[in-house]
Amino acid sequence: MEKRKLVLIGNGMAGVRTIEEILKLAPQTFHITIFGNEPHPNYNRIQLSTVLQGDTTVDQIVLNNWDWYKNNGIELYTDEEIVQIDTENKQVHSNKNRVVEYDDLIIATGSSSFILPLPGADKQGVVGFRDIKDCDMMIKTSKHYKKAVVIGGGLLGLEAARGLLNLGMKVDVVHLTPYLMERQLDQTAAEMLKNELEAQGMNFLLEKETVEIVGEERVTGLRFKDGQEIEADLVVMAVGIKPNVQLAKDSNIYVNRGIVVNDFMETNIPNVYAVGECAEHREITYGMVAPLYEQGKVLAEKMTGREPKPYEGSTVGTQLKVSNVDLYSAGEINDDPSTKSIKVHNEFEGIYKKILIRNNQIVGIVLYGDTKDSTRLFRMLTEKEDISGKTSSSILESNTCGSESVGVESMPDSELVCGCNGVTKGTIVESIKTQGLTTVEEVGSCTNAGRSCGRCKSLVSDILAYTLGDGYDASAKKTSICGCTTLSKDEVVDEIKAKGLMSVKEVMNVLEWKNEEGCSKCRPALNYYLGMIYPEEYREERDSRLVNEKMHANIQKDGTYSVVPRMYGGVTTAKDLKTIAEVADKYNVPLVKLTGGQRIALMGVKKEDLIHVWSDLDMPSGYAYGKTLRTVKTCVGSQFCRFGTQDSMSLGIKLEKKFERLDTPHKFKMGVSGCPRNCAESGIKDIGIVGIDGAWEIYVAGNGGTDLRAGDLLCTVKTEEEIMDMVGAYVQYYRESGNYLERTSTWVERVGLEHVKEVLKDKKTRHELNERLEKTLTRYVEPWKEALDNKEIQDKYYVTHSVQ
Amino acid sequence: MMETTMTRLEITKVDSLPERAGQVFNVNGKEMVLFRLTNGEVRAVENKSPHPKGGTLSGGLVSGEYVYCPLYDWKISLVDGKVQAPDTGQVKRYEVEVIDGKVFL
Repeated sequence: MEKRKLVLIGNGMAGVRTIEEILKLAPQTFHITIFGNEPHPNYNRIQLSTVLQGDTTVDQIVLNNWDWYKNNGIELYTDEEIVQIDTENKQVHSNKNRVVEYDDLIIATGSSSFILPLPGADKQGVVGFRDIKDCDMMIKTSKHYKKAVVIGGGLLGLEAARGLLNLGMKVDVVHLTPYLMERQLDQTAAEMLKNELEAQGMNFLLEKETVEIVGEERVTGLRFKDGQEIEADLVVMAVGIKPNVQLAKDSNIYVNRGIVVNDFMETNIPNVYAVGECAEHREITYGMVAPLYEQGKVLAEKMTGREPKPYEGSTVGTQLKVSNVDLYSAGEINDDPSTKSIKVHNEFEGIYKKILIRNNQIVGIVLYGDTKDSTRLFRMLTEKEDISGKTSSSILESNTCGSESVGVESMPDSELVCGCNGVTKGTIVESIKTQGLTTVEEVGSCTNAGRSCGRCKSLVSDILAYTLGDGYDASAKKTSICGCTTLSKDEVVDEIKAKGLMSVKEVMNVLEWKNEEGCSKCRPALNYYLGMIYPEEYREERDSRLVNEKMHANIQKDGTYSVVPRMYGGVTTAKDLKTIAEVADKYNVPLVKLTGGQRIALMGVKKEDLIHVWSDLDMPSGYAYGKTLRTVKTCVGSQFCRFGTQDSMSLGIKLEKKFERLDTPHKFKMGVSGCPRNCAESGIKDIGIVGIDGAWEIYVAGNGGTDLRAGDLLCTVKTEEEIMDMVGAYVQYYRESGNYLERTSTWVERVGLEHVKEVLKDKKTRHELNERLEKTLTRYVEPWKEALDNKEIQDKYYVTHSVQ
Repeated sequence: MMETTMTRLEITKVDSLPERAGQVFNVNGKEMVLFRLTNGEVRAVENKSPHPKGGTLSGGLVSGEYVYCPLYDWKISLVDGKVQAPDTGQVKRYEVEVIDGKVFL
């Protein structure tokens, strides 16, 4: 059967999502052609503000890369605009004189920034905030100019303003009404927001109406209705968007504010459809992604001959993507005589919540400072839940006591987790169970949850924990190392010892691994366990390590590497700094950065240069890439600091020299502070040592990373010898009983601090642990030097061969 | 229209390829990785992860006929280039032939 010819005008989020839905339902039905007037593949327009704010790059927000189009057989014309639709002959004409026939046509031309028709609005330096081009222009401008003015204190305007601040510009935000985001916030929340943003450096000019943009060729300032003038090198118009409908209008498709469609996204012309921001449905045009995706779904079902439920419009929630601002609103905003509201205003913690209620139903939500209840409240709003039996505190707090996962448990399956993509908890749980998903990313690629604004990712991870946690319970309370075996880590280690297995291969053969050569989870784990069990005899399998440890450098996403030399205790010399500077110069290192662990990283070194860089540096590797001791962070201590009670630098250096290169289940960080002011942040280190008058406190299992945890006091000791004894025994006990990839914080939570204390209390046990540790430490050689001296290693890992 | 030229390009010798460790070759400006598998076969793919965020494949862990993307841990077949579920995608493959211990493209 011949395929139907489908043409999509507009290569943006709504249109391409519709195509994705169509491909899912009927991959072979259509021959698809897409026209886009931007030179990019479909990208996540919502995330443009994060690009501007410097949190991500344009590449990272691409949703469908070029290969996706190719792999799905889609003919794609970018940077090419459709200028005419001939609905009689069913053809579209492009500005490059291309004519393409269609059986079905989808118009998804989106919208543009509304540029106020002010005198001077056409000057250089006046821009909207809608696409990558606008973003690029602002980034470029920020390099040469200082002062930006954003017109419009709404969602988009504030996100743009935050981005411009990050780009180092001074930013004024001009707004017509007395408070910000008046369509989403009430006055109280708006004031809180304004205070926070002022603290971040924004300057607000409220109740100001711009009447002219002044300047010669380029903008130099603005004039307001009240006569005041301000300077501006850049003016960003963020007062709203207008649907792109001209093409449709010119082609005799019925247009009001947007292209008018019915509940199935059909226009008045047969076989011509419209979705997204350009479409007007029941007199509403939407500018949020969730409704656009809902429309896309209905249209895809319609076009593939299914009988979809009609699209009946959407209620949407709003959030602001600005750091340090947690804000959410949906539905009605302001009280009126027919509403009653629940308000909580905790000025001390900066939290404000307002729930508007009419006839026992939630009709509006404003949350500031704490938005974790937003999805639950939003569901109650959209489902028009009767709340007459509920107390105000039970409406506001999902669970008065208990952890996040309890919240996930009590969520009904129908509750929306990802508002952008309309994914419910039920869908996520189902896909985790049926497809064996284990990461937030996998859930994203399967269900689309978290793929747009990303706010729900933490909730997705809670659902994963909750769902997988149950699964483990059902399957005999045992966690196997990976999918290659049913054995747990403890069983594997016991078998290795009992049967004297000496290599990864042998373990897999004897213990009947399902995949002959294992996977990226078990290979590095077995390599670690074998090395832990046989400190002297085991021969390290370099190719069973993951890339960073194999290369002794951190791989970056572009295939270059970073090089971080050891800088014991964060102490360096003028000579070493000169050497580092010369190397950075000689090899054109794109970025030199101070790391969080008090040393210097050379970022972006080419693979072929690694050997030469190491040779010129002539310093030991800092193992910034390894499951091993990273750094020992130190404060200045008693050598220089007037508060210092102990010599933290010397102790830190001694510890780093002793424990460097040691393989541990996961990375391992230490800190030594000379007094309880704790400038080396010893409270959030795997081992943190704090000097007090005449003694040292040893804290353990602190973590400053993903799972923030304050360290627990293990013991207080008097001398450095005691510290070395205790720390050595502690590290070795962690090495022997920790699971691979288990940080000390989770390890201590699992086995219990009291248990660890009990083990380490015994002098004989400590002595034995330290003996095994010392044996292990003798096996290491400096890896960069080893590579320099060994041609075989160089050829195998660091060379690109050239063939002509 | 399509003409196939039968000239083969010698890339390297099988013996010089270490097992289970990708070797990068720049062939006329194209970067590819050659993998010598445990079963003796040699496979070649473009040195570019099919993950939307890109990255190289040469440092990936090799297991049987698969390589794990070193940046995003996707499991990729070196036989047909396909990314294994639940991820999707495909890496560009190059046909290589081993004749008399030499690897030809």
